[in-house]
Amino acid sequence: MSEEVSKEFEPKVVAYVCNWCTYLGADLAGTNRLEYPTNVRIIRLPCTGRIDFNLIVKAFENGADSVLVSGCHPGDCHYNAGNYHARRRWMLFRELLATLGLDMDRIHFTWISAAEGRKFQQVVTEITEKTRALGPYTKYREICEV
Amino acid sequence: MSEPLQNSCRKLLTDGTVQVVIGYVKSPVDSDPAIPGFITKPEDCQRLQWNDLCDLNLVTYLSRPEIKKLGKAAIVVKGCDLRALAVLLRESQVSRENLYIIGMACAGQRSSAAAAENNDAASGTLATPYKCTVCDAHQPDAKLCDEVIGADSVKNEPVEESTRYARLTEFLKKTPEERFAFWKRELSRCIRCYACRQVCPLCYCNRCIADRNRPQEISTSATLKGNVAWNITRAFHLAGRCVGCGQCSSACPMGIDLQLLNLTMAKAAEDNFGGYRAGVTELDPVIGTYSVEDKEGFIG
Ligand code: SF4
Ligand code: SF4
Ligand code: SF4
Ligand code: FES
Repeated sequence: MSEEVSKEFEPKVVAYVCNWCTYLGADLAGTNRLEYPTNVRIIRLPCTGRIDFNLIVKAFENGADSVLVSGCHPGDCHYNAGNYHARRRWMLFRELLATLGLDMDRIHFTWISAAEGRKFQQVVTEITEKTRALGPYTKYREICEV
Repeated sequence: MSEPLQNSCRKLLTDGTVQVVIGYVKSPVDSDPAIPGFITKPEDCQRLQWNDLCDLNLVTYLSRPEIKKLGKAAIVVKGCDLRALAVLLRESQVSRENLYIIGMACAGQRSSAAAAENNDAASGTLATPYKCTVCDAHQPDAKLCDEVIGADSVKNEPVEESTRYARLTEFLKKTPEERFAFWKRELSRCIRCYACRQVCPLCYCNRCIADRNRPQEISTSATLKGNVAWNITRAFHLAGRCVGCGQCSSACPMGIDLQLLNLTMAKAAEDNFGGYRAGVTELDPVIGTYSVEDKEGFIG
């Protein structure tokens, strides 16, 4: 690999999104030709209620520099309460990460509806830039080396 | 101290109220902490013991199929153990009709694991576990028991929340970098023996996520990567459920400070969900329920 390429750090952002809102928001961003960084890898799940914390851990294990978790706004979940359940779990999960000393600014939670293509664009752009500034998540990568 | 307990249990087995008594029996090594005993014959009740060497939480045996098979059980519990039993009952893992609960008033226990934690390497040394230093359950909740032995011998004093979480608060004064370095050191020692899981009264899944391989959620080799994922998982699966009985940390052969993780989850539940304490407050469980009013300042 040439030196130039390896010098440039391109953050990897993994986005776990719910099928009914944020995924459609991302879709809308696409059909509206709103440009957003290609750093984001979207993984679609049925509902934020299915976004288990193990998935967040797995993303970091596999080299993510930041993770976004996003779904329907409160009251809009297509399974009625999946996002309310998820919200509680995320809240507790963040405390655990804090005790472990993991980087809290590499995990982002948002609500993005199917109509919010622009919000999706903004959120993904902001996270990518923030992660670029933070640099690669070497701390987590180190613990994944055998 | 053991005699009233032995008498009660003898009677329970003789009149057929229960088929087995789950209690503490003397260790083969005299001064060692008691070991679990499963007494099925009235004449064996003299083996039961009650003193300050009864740190084990026997509630963990109640959800095991091989124990359930023995029939209706009488179980000997301390105030702290009883909290785990309250959670088990709430989670429909045991049925109240199939149990006879003997609560023991308890002034405090001593354990060898606590001695190891205090770096008291001398063999045979015993020390007071953390839970006893912040205990507000010396008297077991009589409402939940069929019988309490030693009632009024000790009193429950309220313990401030700040005292109960003092260890954690102190730890959180470290920077995130220092904390991470600490856990790297701690968790690199984990050998994935799952003793922490086996001993926990509330880790009762037939098939633990750590043992599932299709798909494999958690790397099974004892390297930092899998050890971190495993310990995050264990702590989180006990969120809002762990009663702080301290069995996991004392069972851990590598002396990993699991208690700090448990305290984190307990404090998060108490602070964010109206003073919730697993097995103490009669509020709805934290996980599996929700409120539209839950805080969400961290969500963009
Ligand atoms: S925490 Fe309380 S009830 Fe439990 S062993 Fe210690 S003193 Fe006894
Ligand atoms: S996680 Fe540990 S302290 Fe909590 S209930 Fe289980 S064994 Fe007891
Ligand atoms: S008991 Fe200790 S060494 Fe064994 S799996 Fe649990 S944390 Fe790891
Ligand atoms: S379907 Fe979108 S959060 Fe439940």
